[in-house]
Amino acid sequence: MDVFSDGWVGETDKEKTPTKPTMSGDGRRIDLSEARALVPALAVDGVSHSYGSRKALDDVSFTVPQGSFTALLGPNGAGKSTLFSLVTRLFNTRHGEIRILGYPLQGRPTEALRRLGVVFQARTLDLDLSIRQNLTYHAALHGMKRGDADKRIGEILAGSELAERLGEKARNLSGGQLRRIEIVRAFMHRPRLILLDEPTTGLDIRSRAEIVAEVRRLVRDEAVSVLWATHLIDEIDASDRVVVLHHGKVLAEGAVSDVTEAENAQSIREAFSRLTGLARPSEAAETETVL
Amino acid sequence: MSEAKITPMATREAAPAPEAAATPRDLPPFSLSAYLTCFSGIVGREGLRFLHQRERFVSALVRPLLWLFIFAAGFRQVLGVSIVTPYKTYILYEVYITPGLIGMILLFNGMQSSLSMVYDRETGTMKTLLVSPLPRWFLLVSKLAAGVAVGVLQVYVFLAIAWFWEVRPDWPGYLYVLPAMILAGLMLGSLGMLLSSLVQQLENFAGIMNFVIFPMYFASSALYPLWRVQESSPLLYTICLFNPFTHAVELVRFALYQQFNLQAFLVVVGCTVAFLGAAILAYDPARGVIARKKQS
Repeated sequence: MDVFSDGWVGETDKEKTPTKPTMSGDGRRIDLSEARALVPALAVDGVSHSYGSRKALDDVSFTVPQGSFTALLGPNGAGKSTLFSLVTRLFNTRHGEIRILGYPLQGRPTEALRRLGVVFQARTLDLDLSIRQNLTYHAALHGMKRGDADKRIGEILAGSELAERLGEKARNLSGGQLRRIEIVRAFMHRPRLILLDEPTTGLDIRSRAEIVAEVRRLVRDEAVSVLWATHLIDEIDASDRVVVLHHGKVLAEGAVSDVTEAENAQSIREAFSRLTGLARPSEAAETETVL
Repeated sequence: MSEAKITPMATREAAPAPEAAATPRDLPPFSLSAYLTCFSGIVGREGLRFLHQRERFVSALVRPLLWLFIFAAGFRQVLGVSIVTPYKTYILYEVYITPGLIGMILLFNGMQSSLSMVYDRETGTMKTLLVSPLPRWFLLVSKLAAGVAVGVLQVYVFLAIAWFWEVRPDWPGYLYVLPAMILAGLMLGSLGMLLSSLVQQLENFAGIMNFVIFPMYFASSALYPLWRVQESSPLLYTICLFNPFTHAVELVRFALYQQFNLQAFLVVVGCTVAFLGAAILAYDPARGVIARKKQS
C-alpha cells in the first residue's frame, strides 16, 4: 500500500524523487528528501489562548517529529482540548503559529487540514447512520469518491470483526466499538498526522488496551505521526515522545527516557509528578492508572 | 515544582529553522470532482437523516395541510379576496394562501435545518464537518443546499395533495415555481444558519419560534393581501413590506402563475446574500461570532 500517497517521499517513490540540494539552518547542504524529513509533522510555536481573563494556553511551543508517537500528557484542565481545538482550526489561533507538515494553519488551512486526522474526546459519529455511512460521509468531506472510500474501508478494517457490521447503525455499537470506528474514520483520507484527544476516556480496561493497540498498529502500518492527548500514564510506551502540559504551559518535551532522566526520576510517572507537583512521587507510584 | 522546559538535543536537531524547512511536495489542489463529492456527501447525509426522521416529514406536511383544510375553509367566507396580481380572476381563499403555505414549509424547514445544526454542535457531529479541509463557506453552502432540497421535496408533496383540494395552477407553474422556491429556501435557510450561530444551546431555540418564525409568518402577505393589511393598519403594512418573508411568498406566488416579480426577486436575492454572508462570517473561526463567544 502506498501510504505516502500525499506526495511525500515513500519507500517506493524514493528513487524516483528528484533531490535538489537545499540549505539547512547551519548552511550545510542537504538534499530535498532529507529536508522534507526534517519538517515536523506538527509545529506549535508560541501559542497562547484565553477564555476571558483565564489563560488556557500560555506561550505553548513543541513539535511532533514525523513518524513519532507523541503523548501530550496533562491532567484534566491542562489545556489539551483547547490545544486540539486550535490545531483543528475550530478555534482561531490569535497568538502564535501552528504548522502541519510545514503548512501554516492560518495561511493555508486547506493544505494543513487535509493532512490531518482527528479523534475528538467527545463522540462525533452520527448515531442514526450506519457505520459505512459515517465513514463514507467523512470520506466525502475530504473529497474521496465513494469507490475509493469503500476500498479504503476494506483496507483498514481487513480482518476486523467490525468489517462484518458495516451496515449496522452506529447506535448499536458499544462505546469501545464506536471509538474504534472513529479511529478508523480518522485514517480514512490517509492523513500524515493523527490527533487523538483522550480517546480511551470512559472505556473499560480491556477496551482501552484494544484501542491503544489498534492505534499503534495503524500508526505502524500507515507510517503516520501521532499526537495522543492523555492523562493516563500507562498509555505511554518507553519508546514514545512526551510533551507535559500543565496549567497551559509546556513543562517538558522529549523522549520518555530523556524527560525521566532530566528529572532524575525512576519513571515517567515520577517525572510527571515532580514536574507538575500534583502528587508526591510515592503517591503517584501508588496510583494505578489515573493521575 | 520544576518549571524547566526539557528539550533534548535530539529534538532540537530535528526541528529545523523555519527558513531551512522544506515544505512538502504539494498535493494537487482539490478538483471540481472532489468538491462535487463533498457536496453530494453532505446532501446525501441530510437526505438520509430526513428519511430516518419520518415524523419530521409528516409534521412538515400536516402543518400547512391543516391551514389549507381547516383555516382556509373556515375563513373562505370571511376573508374575500378581490382580484390581485398575479391572479386574473376571483380566487378561492385556499388558492390565495397556498403560496404562503409553501413559504411556511420553507420557513419551518430552514429553521429545522438550523435547529439540527445546533443539535449537531451540541452532540459534536458538527466538528466532523468543520474540520474538513474544504473551504468552510463551501461546506456551509452545501449544507444549506441540502436543507433546501429537502424543503422543496416537501413542497411538491404538499402541492400534490393541494391539487385534490382544488388548488390547481397550470402545469407549467409547477416548473416555474421551482427556482423561486429554491431562492426562497436559500434565503430562509441562510437566516436559519445565521440564527444557529447565535443560539448556543438547543433549549434556547424555542425563542426562535416566538421571535422569528411567528412574526415573520404573520406580518407578511402569506395569509392576507397587503392591501387588506394596509386598510386595517398602515404601520403593519410597512412592517410587512420590510419583511423579507413577504417577498419570498410573492416571488413564489407569481412564479406559480408563470409570472416574474422583479421587486420580490431583488429583495430575496439581496437578503440571501446578506444572511448567507453573515452566517459564513459567523462560522469563520478567525472572524465569527462563534469564535468570539468561545474566546471571550
